[in-house]
Amino acid sequence: MNPRTALAILAGRTAGRLSRLLGRGGGTAIAGVVALRVQPGLVRELAGHAGAGAIAVTGTNGKTTTSLMLNRIAGAAGLRPLHNRSGSNMMRGVAAMLVDEASISGSIAEASKRLAILEVDEATLPEIVREVRPRVIVFTNLFRDQLDRYGEVDTVAKSWERALSANTIHDDRRPTVVLNADDPAVAHLGRGYGGPVLYYGVEDASAGGEAVEHASDFRTCLECGADLSYTVTFYGHVGHWRCPSCGNTRPAPDVGLTRVELRDDAAGMTVVTAQGELRIALPLTGLYNAYNALAAVAGATVLGLPSVAIVPALEEFSAAFGRQERFQVDGRDVQVLLGKNPTGLNQVLRTVAARAGHKRILFFLNDGIADGRDISWIWDTDYELVQPATDWVLAAGTRAEDLALRLKYAGFGDDVAIEHDTATALGRALDATPAGGTLYVLPTYTAMLGVREIIARRAGQTHFWEGA
Amino acid sequence: MSTPTLRVAHLYPRLMNIYGDRGNIMCLRHRCEARGIAFELTELGIGDRLDGTGTDLIFAGGAQDREQRNVVDDLLATKADAVREAVEGGVVLLAVCGAYQLFGRFYRESTGVELPGVGIFDLHTEHPGEKAKRLIGNIVVEWEPSPELRDGERARRSVPLRDAGTIAGFENHGGRTYLGAGARPLARVRTGNGNNSVDGTEGALYRNAYGTYIHGSLLPKNPALADHLIALALRRRYGEVALAAIDDRAEERAHAAALRLRT
Repeated sequence: MNPRTALAILAGRTAGRLSRLLGRGGGTAIAGVVALRVQPGLVRELAGHAGAGAIAVTGTNGKTTTSLMLNRIAGAAGLRPLHNRSGSNMMRGVAAMLVDEASISGSIAEASKRLAILEVDEATLPEIVREVRPRVIVFTNLFRDQLDRYGEVDTVAKSWERALSANTIHDDRRPTVVLNADDPAVAHLGRGYGGPVLYYGVEDASAGGEAVEHASDFRTCLECGADLSYTVTFYGHVGHWRCPSCGNTRPAPDVGLTRVELRDDAAGMTVVTAQGELRIALPLTGLYNAYNALAAVAGATVLGLPSVAIVPALEEFSAAFGRQERFQVDGRDVQVLLGKNPTGLNQVLRTVAARAGHKRILFFLNDGIADGRDISWIWDTDYELVQPATDWVLAAGTRAEDLALRLKYAGFGDDVAIEHDTATALGRALDATPAGGTLYVLPTYTAMLGVREIIARRAGQTHFWEGA
Repeated sequence: MSTPTLRVAHLYPRLMNIYGDRGNIMCLRHRCEARGIAFELTELGIGDRLDGTGTDLIFAGGAQDREQRNVVDDLLATKADAVREAVEGGVVLLAVCGAYQLFGRFYRESTGVELPGVGIFDLHTEHPGEKAKRLIGNIVVEWEPSPELRDGERARRSVPLRDAGTIAGFENHGGRTYLGAGARPLARVRTGNGNNSVDGTEGALYRNAYGTYIHGSLLPKNPALADHLIALALRRRYGEVALAAIDDRAEERAHAAALRLRT
């Protein structure tokens, strides 16, 4: 053990505790920052104790839910996950989680049963690959998100290629990459990769449409630049694609979703793997959650986790923090659906629009660092999808005025109401919702953290799914 | 006189749309249709030709580097001459971000390689290298619409415009743009970076061609600028078209809020 490791763990924990005492939030980031400063190789060393190795999950949307699904599956298979489930997904977040899990001497309890499940920020992947050397890397999808931070979507694509190539150079045990065949930018990573590749994809064409959404970022062939053609699109640029010019085409999935049936609160899935067919009643809806479950199944398959663990874990799954989470507040059903970029929010809007009855929606738009300070993405988002079935709407968050203007253009009226105070906004929304009715809360990331806390408090922490 | 029609040509709507550029088209359409002005949109992609005489306003938005490279050859081969001719004939051009750079004289990559532009604006853009910071953040600039248009707008509005001379939005660009003698700046930077973060200028103006780094989208929460462009675009064929006051409560609120943002 590096002699500085014990010191780093102690320093990190102390910093985290101090930060919490001072009321500076959960203290997760600061514990990692301090520990890494004391021992820069901390993540490499502590993650190295995980006897079952590591699986990393990255991508624009779905990484929190997919990694939580993997956590549940691993647990059902008798493993003990080492998982940065707070959503702090940069190096410092991973370090903080490991500091928290390690003993003060730098050992990890039940090390042989430990599987590191790492949700990894898109731009942090090269560093994680270098430090942790995961056995498996799951890629969900790639869309525009936080352009003020990443610069361009292509910057992310390049950093992923770098992550895989650096790894090929330095490591003879190359990780298996698990790729979304339906996303041309993700599938592209499999071309020329020297290690094992497993593709997953949706085979059930009835889940898609023919039109390509506005919020699509890779509509041209990454090999030759020609326009891609689609026989079916599921969302954004995700679908059954091929390049009419150079013949580059969607790889045939190794793990395929052959049937998906989306209901109000659940998704019926049939997944075909090399090991056989799985039928899963997923207690979440929306095609995007079916994709998350499919990615988790694919990742679990590569890890060798058995279907007797996969199916029940997914069927008993409860939503990750703010991702289709449900609460009972004063006799009202409050559903929190995070939406932080055009593609993700379009999926949420589509899901809400598909529900029966008229909707009441409380939208939040924040421009914090974690949300992306540039809010121009709201103009790439199809708020129009929910307008016809919505009879009450309120614009909240630090950028409520911009949101209200966008909602005006989506047909919600010339003077959409604005509320900056989170608790007041929630109060107004609950007042507008009759007892027994449903309120949809659609926040960006930092807004979700704030409003979810108030909702959870008002709900007496009773989680709808856990309480049911 | 028949109903006026604003005929808009949108260049590369699929390839150059990175920062909510669709909002600018939505805004032009809304502000025309709310006044009974017909709105016609032509979308031009790779290989399509611009009908300069049948167009009142040309719009082009931002792109990623990869898409910009795909676009630039086509732009020079199939559209540059027609756009130049249209601008010389008084057609309005609005070029945002990546398109603003493309319509300058050239773009110098950090390696020193110079990529030719359309050359409508007398300006060039330099990429200072991957290590240099991108210019990213909220931006507010002060601009001066031509006096007769400005006074006309004030008179037409039921709600007096406060800060009619400001444009607010967001900028995100690696390149630094420097104006030559033949272009004048569109505006002066109040907060933010603008063309190059050094000389205090933002955007460029040549005849009725407007270039700017500001997105957000640009036009929805800068209704004075949107109306200014619509009026300019219609004037060529219809003379002065009175733009009736429309409900701008949401627009004014968003504009006012954007003036208060920190960079």
